[in-house]
Amino acid sequence: MRTVEKIGLGLFLGGLIAFMTIPFLGTYTLSEESVMENTKDIHREKMSELLAPMYGQQYSSSFSFMSAFAENFDPYNDELKSQQLWDQVIWDDYTFPLAKAALQSPVRDSPWLFLGLSIGLAVLGGFLYNFRRHAEELPGIKNNGVFHSSMKNRGIVGMLTGSLLIVFYIVLYWFPAYLVNLVWMVNPISEIISGGPASQWFLYGLIYTLAILVMGFRMFRKYRGNRYQQLRTASVMFFQTAFAFLIPEILVLLNQPYYDFKNIWPLDYEFFYDYQIDAFLSGGGVGMFMLIWGILLIIVAVPVFTYFYGKRWYCSWVCGCGGLAETVGDPYRQLSDKSVKAWKFERWIVHSVLLLVVVMTVLTIVNYFSGFALLGNVTNQLHSIYGFAIGSVFAGVVGTGFYPFMGNRVWCRFGCPLAAYLGIVQRFKSRFRITTNGGQCISCGNCSTYCEMGIDVRWYAQRGQDIVRASCVGCGVCSAVCPRGVLKLENGPEQNRINEMPILIGNDSIKIKL
Amino acid sequence: MVSGESKYFFSRTALMYVFMGHMKFEHTQPYEDHFWEKNRIGLKEAWVEKIDFEQKSLTHSSGERLNYDILVIATGSKPNKFGWRGEDLRGVQGLYSKQDLEMMEANTSDGVSRAVIVGGGLIGIEMAEMLSYKKIPVTFLVREKRFWGNILPREESELVGRHLLEHHIDLRLETELEEILPDSEGRVRAVVTSKGEEIPCQFVGLTAGVSPNVDFLRGSELKVNRGVKVDAFFRTNIPDVYSVGDCAEFETAPAPDRKNIEQVWYTGRMHGETLAHNLCKKPVRYRPGVWFNSAKFLDIEYQTYGIVSPVADADEVKDFYWEHASGKICFRMRMDCKERILGVNNLGIRLRHEFFDRAISESWPGEKVIAGLQSANFDPEFFAPYPIEIQKAFLSQFGGSFQPAKRSFVQKLFGASV
Repeated sequence: MRTVEKIGLGLFLGGLIAFMTIPFLGTYTLSEESVMENTKDIHREKMSELLAPMYGQQYSSSFSFMSAFAENFDPYNDELKSQQLWDQVIWDDYTFPLAKAALQSPVRDSPWLFLGLSIGLAVLGGFLYNFRRHAEELPGIKNNGVFHSSMKNRGIVGMLTGSLLIVFYIVLYWFPAYLVNLVWMVNPISEIISGGPASQWFLYGLIYTLAILVMGFRMFRKYRGNRYQQLRTASVMFFQTAFAFLIPEILVLLNQPYYDFKNIWPLDYEFFYDYQIDAFLSGGGVGMFMLIWGILLIIVAVPVFTYFYGKRWYCSWVCGCGGLAETVGDPYRQLSDKSVKAWKFERWIVHSVLLLVVVMTVLTIVNYFSGFALLGNVTNQLHSIYGFAIGSVFAGVVGTGFYPFMGNRVWCRFGCPLAAYLGIVQRFKSRFRITTNGGQCISCGNCSTYCEMGIDVRWYAQRGQDIVRASCVGCGVCSAVCPRGVLKLENGPEQNRINEMPILIGNDSIKIKL
Repeated sequence: MVSGESKYFFSRTALMYVFMGHMKFEHTQPYEDHFWEKNRIGLKEAWVEKIDFEQKSLTHSSGERLNYDILVIATGSKPNKFGWRGEDLRGVQGLYSKQDLEMMEANTSDGVSRAVIVGGGLIGIEMAEMLSYKKIPVTFLVREKRFWGNILPREESELVGRHLLEHHIDLRLETELEEILPDSEGRVRAVVTSKGEEIPCQFVGLTAGVSPNVDFLRGSELKVNRGVKVDAFFRTNIPDVYSVGDCAEFETAPAPDRKNIEQVWYTGRMHGETLAHNLCKKPVRYRPGVWFNSAKFLDIEYQTYGIVSPVADADEVKDFYWEHASGKICFRMRMDCKERILGVNNLGIRLRHEFFDRAISESWPGEKVIAGLQSANFDPEFFAPYPIEIQKAFLSQFGGSFQPAKRSFVQKLFGASV
């Protein structure tokens, strides 16, 4: 390891440790005003009464603050629940805004300093580590030692990384009140971009984007000499930064609905939710445009682009989840399960999620247009179940937290309903395929090993068959790692796209008529 | 399927990737473990020691016996050893089998400050790449004037030679192994070259080719020469006994441009395909089509279609050769005196098998081949348009009535440049 890489790694780890330490700083003091400010009209009186014993008390940590909150608030809700007075229960979770308001900490006072010490150092370290990577080597495949690495082959470092990611996602989704320091820390950036305060989602979006940028840079170094890999990496970096991160925030600044123009239903499962539709409809011309744009993406862009280019146009060039998988997740791509059994699970699970989201969305739309007469708020229940199980647990905790355990495309492969939809088009009506170069395959297995989607590419290649699979995201790595130039991602005529070749090119002994 | 080498079939070509940590051994196995039982293929992990052709039975080294109705001998190759002094010392080995890989891992685990590789072929260069993964400096002794000079024409061979130097491999041309010197513990300490130089080293790779692994069959009624003698149907001199792959030696070469012993991955597969057909249906003669092969020299991929011999008589053939300014990418088309294609070599670019199989078997005029080269391009999308450069070079050297292909707008905008 070169000195600059050592320094980079050191800075990154320093930043990471700072990032993990920051949530524990400061004290919490709740005031009546902040309760009044951060609760809805209908809860204001009750909340301020319930939390009265906390006013003016200084809590030395988020833990003592949260337990005091629970002590004062939970009995009230529990009582109502036991009496089955469901409509009086306070379902809203006020812990995050109240903890945020109650926080007094050096981080809140000097956010830039702590931002620099944590995320800043980590990003700087990441760039330093990567910017001269492989400089003394010639362009080529850089998979030396992958399976001798603790990080990349489920060793202790990989396990630790996965566990950290999982903990982070659990806290982010269900205990954001513990992250208020970090949210204050990124507040000034949010103020600059959108003019509003940061939420935990802004924090997440910022880290997510920076992670894609830093690790995208790593891809440029790793795939020096491979223009396809570099271009698609640049593409996901661009779409994440501009479309997923900046534009939605700027829209908010301009008083328009928050919207990611490249997020497509059913990955964006909230697109047809009543509050989303209301936001579009009340958003004037821009809102209307967003609604129509979103629908056109679903019914025109997906089938048309997938017909011409395969699902890769989205999954490995545009998508945010794909963007993270292809950059941050790249070191783990070899950990995907290639067994036929895993493929069976994949087909059942991913298509079940698609079915689920379609049923949920249809019910939601019907319910919406019937003025909620049909199902009342049953659809809300459905939304919260889906949001919890699929949106948070599957896509977040498992989807990313499991990178070091099951590879970088766990969500895309087993869970993403949009991938399932794109996949159906790709499998049955598309010009895309991975062409096998005649009889040149030597069955070495590099392609299968490095397929993040768990496709046993070699199975086809060694038979001279082209690879046509619903799940292929067209990352092109099988083609890159092939030592004999056997695989090529191509768009071509649909005819003979699925080819059975019992005898490969090069053997004239046997002629078999098909 | 009886094998003592490994329980499940694996791809020999991938052993180097296991060593370098690109893959685990299990990744080299093209079929999942349950495949065999599902397809009613019985596996037996054992070394066959003796075959009783009379009784149709095999004897394993454990003494166990196995009866057969039909026997296919496919025992592959073993690394050549030419009786060098010291060739059996510890730290001296070839690379062919899974056991060789395991031995190489043990032999290079520590205390190796230099390795010497003897024999400039494909396994030699693979071994050199493997050793450089472990940061072990390599001296490469090659008997010929150029790297792989008995296969590659001068330019290609020099291109690979330059690439070896780029990887800091100490390439010694026209140098042979004289003897291997032991230390006090029976381990290699140094080699002496034909030029009298003593090179201290703790590992010696013997990669001067392979020969059929048939010694255990010698002295039986089975006809064995260098390999097991077979006819064009893979039949040996004993009924119901066949032989395919590296260990089979044809009575007469299967085609004028083929050897009696075919020791390539692809030919092994084609032997298997053909024999499988012959055992199930009306037997056909083994008729290999247009020759093809491939390799990877460190970072540079090599493919060849048809026959391009290393030296050629300028009266009989015409060569079109193009090399990129980087000196790492090249294309050669060998034509007969009427300028019809005989074969191609390509390094650093990928070309389509189907295209050249057709062009060569139909003896296309060279000009037609080059005119259609864009459709033969197998490089990934957005790669530099080398076929267009090749077309321009051909037009300037040989002339022609076609126009070089044009890059699409998107390719011009985003694609790599030449």
